[in-house]
Amino acid sequence: MKEILSLDHVSYTYESEEGEPRKAVDEVSFTVWEGEWIAIVGHNGSGKSTLAKLMIGLLFPENGKLNVFLEELNVDNLWDIRSRIGIVFQNPDNQFVGSTVQDDVAFALENNGVPYDQMVPRVHESLAQVNMEGFLDHEPHHLSGGQKQRVAIAGALAMRPKLLILDEATSMLDPQGRDEVIKVVDELKRTTGLTVISITHDLEEVLLADKVIVMNDGKMMMSGKPEAIFAHGDELEAIGLDLPFASRLSRFLREEGIAIQGEHTTEEELVNELWTFHCNK
Amino acid sequence: MLEKMIFGRYVPGDSFVHKLDPRSKLLFVFLFIIAVFMANNTITYALLLGFTLLVIFISRIRLYFLLNGLKPILFLIIFTFLMHFIFTKEGPVLVDLKFLKIHEEGVRQGIFISIRFLVLVLMTTILTLTTSPISITDGMETLLNPLKRIKVPVHELALMMSISLRFIPTLMDETDKILKAQLARGSDLTSGTIKERIRAVVPLLVPLFVSAFKRAEDLAIAMEVRGYRGGEGRTRYRQLNWQGRDTLVIIIFLVLVTALVWLRGGS
Amino acid sequence: MDISLQQVGYSYALGTPFEKRALKEVNASIKSGSYTAVIGHTGSGKSTLLLHLNGLLKPSEGTVRIGDVNITASTKAKELKEIRKHVGIVFQFPEHQLFEETVEKDIMFGPMNFGVPAEEAKRRAHELIKLLGLPEDVAQKSPFDLSGGQMRRVAIAGVLAFKPSILILDEPTAGLDPRGRKEIMELFNKLHEEEGLTTILVTHSMEDAARYADQILVMHEGRSVMAGTPADVFSDAERLKTFRLGLPRSVAFQRDFEKLIGQPLDKLALTEEQLAFEIAAALKDGER
Repeated sequence: MKEILSLDHVSYTYESEEGEPRKAVDEVSFTVWEGEWIAIVGHNGSGKSTLAKLMIGLLFPENGKLNVFLEELNVDNLWDIRSRIGIVFQNPDNQFVGSTVQDDVAFALENNGVPYDQMVPRVHESLAQVNMEGFLDHEPHHLSGGQKQRVAIAGALAMRPKLLILDEATSMLDPQGRDEVIKVVDELKRTTGLTVISITHDLEEVLLADKVIVMNDGKMMMSGKPEAIFAHGDELEAIGLDLPFASRLSRFLREEGIAIQGEHTTEEELVNELWTFHCNK
Repeated sequence: MLEKMIFGRYVPGDSFVHKLDPRSKLLFVFLFIIAVFMANNTITYALLLGFTLLVIFISRIRLYFLLNGLKPILFLIIFTFLMHFIFTKEGPVLVDLKFLKIHEEGVRQGIFISIRFLVLVLMTTILTLTTSPISITDGMETLLNPLKRIKVPVHELALMMSISLRFIPTLMDETDKILKAQLARGSDLTSGTIKERIRAVVPLLVPLFVSAFKRAEDLAIAMEVRGYRGGEGRTRYRQLNWQGRDTLVIIIFLVLVTALVWLRGGS
Repeated sequence: MDISLQQVGYSYALGTPFEKRALKEVNASIKSGSYTAVIGHTGSGKSTLLLHLNGLLKPSEGTVRIGDVNITASTKAKELKEIRKHVGIVFQFPEHQLFEETVEKDIMFGPMNFGVPAEEAKRRAHELIKLLGLPEDVAQKSPFDLSGGQMRRVAIAGVLAFKPSILILDEPTAGLDPRGRKEIMELFNKLHEEEGLTTILVTHSMEDAARYADQILVMHEGRSVMAGTPADVFSDAERLKTFRLGLPRSVAFQRDFEKLIGQPLDKLALTEEQLAFEIAAALKDGER
C-alpha cells in the first residue's frame, strides 16, 4: 500500500491578540494509505478543521512533521502538492468561483495551465462523475446546496487528485443534499479507488469510513474502525458526539433488560441480532 | 419594481446580435458612442435613430419590452428635452407666452439632444441585453489586454468583475433574509424621521458587511487551494471566436461613419 | 393565541412575467400552547408559510388569523408591527442578524423596538444570557468575537427577549454539532413547557418532529396536504413517500422489527427510548 499522507507529532497553536494562545492541534500522529476513507470527527473547536488546513498547506505545523505524498509540505512544493489534492469546504456558496457550472469546474484547470483542448473533455468527464452533466450552463443561484457541493467535487476531480478532503462539506445541506453528496463520494471511492478524508459530524459519513479518528481538545482521542469506535459510547457522548441510531437503541434495549450481544452500528445488524434473540428464547 | 428594470439585464437568445463575439459588440458600441457626437443636423440624427431601430429589429428584442424597461431613463430624456426647450434663447421666437419665450433653436436642440441620449441608452442596453455579463467581462479583458504592458492589472480587474457579478444574486438574497429577520425583531424601515430611518439601516448593513467579508475570506481560501496564483501561466476555458460576422460589424460601422461625415452640416 | 389559515395563497413577484406561486389553498389550525412541526421537502412552501405567521408576507389570497387579528392582502403595515410583538421567529442561521457592538445591546434591540424600557430590556438580556448557558462576561463582548455556537445562542436570546407568545423556529439547529443541536432543541422544549409558548418548528428532521411536536403539518408543492398527531402522520408511510418524505428512524426500525416477529407492537414509538420499551415488552411477552 502507498502512503498518501502522514502526520508525525504535529502541533499547531493559534496566536490571538487578546487572551491565551490556543493549542488547536496537539501532538497528532496518523497515516493515511491509498484508497482509504478516513472520517475525522469531533465537536466544533476540537481541532479537526485546523487539521484540514494543515493538510492543504494553508497553515504549517509549528512542531512535528507532515508528509503529503511522501514529501514534507513546504513553501516550494506547496502548489504542486495542492494540485494533487481536492478539497471541498462547508459553505456551498462561498467556494463557487465561476459564473456557471462549467466555468467553476474549469477553474483549477485554468490555474494550473491545462491547455484548452484537454480542459473541455475533463470538465465534461468530472461533471458526469457527480451526475451534473446536464447543468453545464447553470448559474450558481439556480442550484441547490447539494448540487453546488457536487459541482465543487467535480471541480476537484477535474485535476484528477489522489486525495479528496471534505471539510464539513455536508453540514449545511438538507437531508436530500447530504444523501446526494455522500452517494457520489461513495461511488467515486468504489469505482476509482480515490482516497477520502472527511471531516464531519454526520454519522452516515462516519459509518462509510474505513477508519475513524476522534479529535478532542486538539488531541487524537482514539482511532479505529467505526464499530470499534462506537463501542466507546459513553466516552463519545461525554465529548459531545452522537452515536448511530442502532447503537443508541441497543443501549436503551440493554437498559430495558434485553441482553443483546456485541456492538451494532447499523439497523440491519440490530434487527438480525433481535431476531436471533427472539429465536433463542 | 426592480423586476421591471432591464438596464444591465441579459436576455438569452439566438439572433445575429446575440451570436456576435463580445469583442466586436463592445468595440462597436464604444466607437458608436463617439460617432454619435458627429451628428449635427436633421439628416444625421435621423440616420442614427434609424440605424438604432434597425439594430433593435435585428436583435429581435420587442420594442415594447425595451421601452417599458427603460421608463425611468425615458423620464430623464424628457427632462433634458424640456431644459433645452425652455432655456435655449436662440433663433426666431415660435411661441411667446410673456413669461416664457420658446425659440426655434430650443426645439431643435431639445430634439437633437434627446435623440442623442436615446440612441446611446438604447445601444448600450442592447449590448447588455444580448450579451451575458461574463461574456462582456471576457471581451473587455481581451480588448484591454495590451494595457498590461503599462502595468494595468487587466486580468485581476476582469476576475473581480466576474466574481462581483456572480455574487450579486447571493447578496440580494442575503439582504432580503437579514431584512426579514430585523423586521421580525420590530425594526421599522418605513416610518419615522429621516434620522430614524438612517439609523434603522444600520441593523441591515452591519450583518451584510460582516457576511460579505466572511464570504470574501472563504472565497480567497477556496481560490488559493484550487491553485489560483494570479494571471501568470493561466489558460482560459472560455474561448472567444472572431468570425466573419464580427468583421462585417466593423465594416458596417465604417460605412456608418463615412455616411455621417458626408451628411453632417459644415461648421 | 390561536393561529388559523384559511385558503391562503401566495405568489412571489405578482403581476410580472416572473410570477411564482408558492402557496396554494393552505388551511391549518394551530391551537394556543401547542407544539406544531411543519415538515416538507425543500421547496414545498414551508419557509413561505412561516413568513405569513407574523406578517412578513401578506397572503395574496385568503386569511391568516393570529389571535383576534386577521391578515389579508389589504392589511396595513402598522397593524403588522403589532402582531410581530407577539410572534418571534428564529430564522435559519439566526447569527446572521447580529449587528450591535455588544451582546447585551443586540439582545436589547428587539424589546426596545417594541417599546420595552431600556432598564427592563437590559434585565431580560442578562437573564437570557444565563438561561442560554452563555458565560456571564459575554454581555459586554462583541457578538462577532464569539464562537459559532455562542453566536447562535445570542441570536436566539435576541428573539426571546421581547417575550413572544408564539415562537417560530426555522431549522434552528442547522450547522451545529450534535451536542449543540441537542442542547438547543431541549432548551426550546423546556421553554415551550414552562412558558406555555405556542411553538412552531419547521424542520427536515423527522426525528425532531416525532420527538417534540404534538401536531404535524405536512407541506407539498405549496399545499397543506396532511395534518395530525405524529402517530397519525407517521403511520401512513406510503402517503409520506409520495411527498418525498421518510419516516423517523425509530418508526422505520419498528416496521422492520414488526415484519420480523410477524405482529405489530402496541403503539407507534416516536423516540428510541419508547421503541426500546415497546420492543422489550414484546420480547418479554413472548417469554411467558
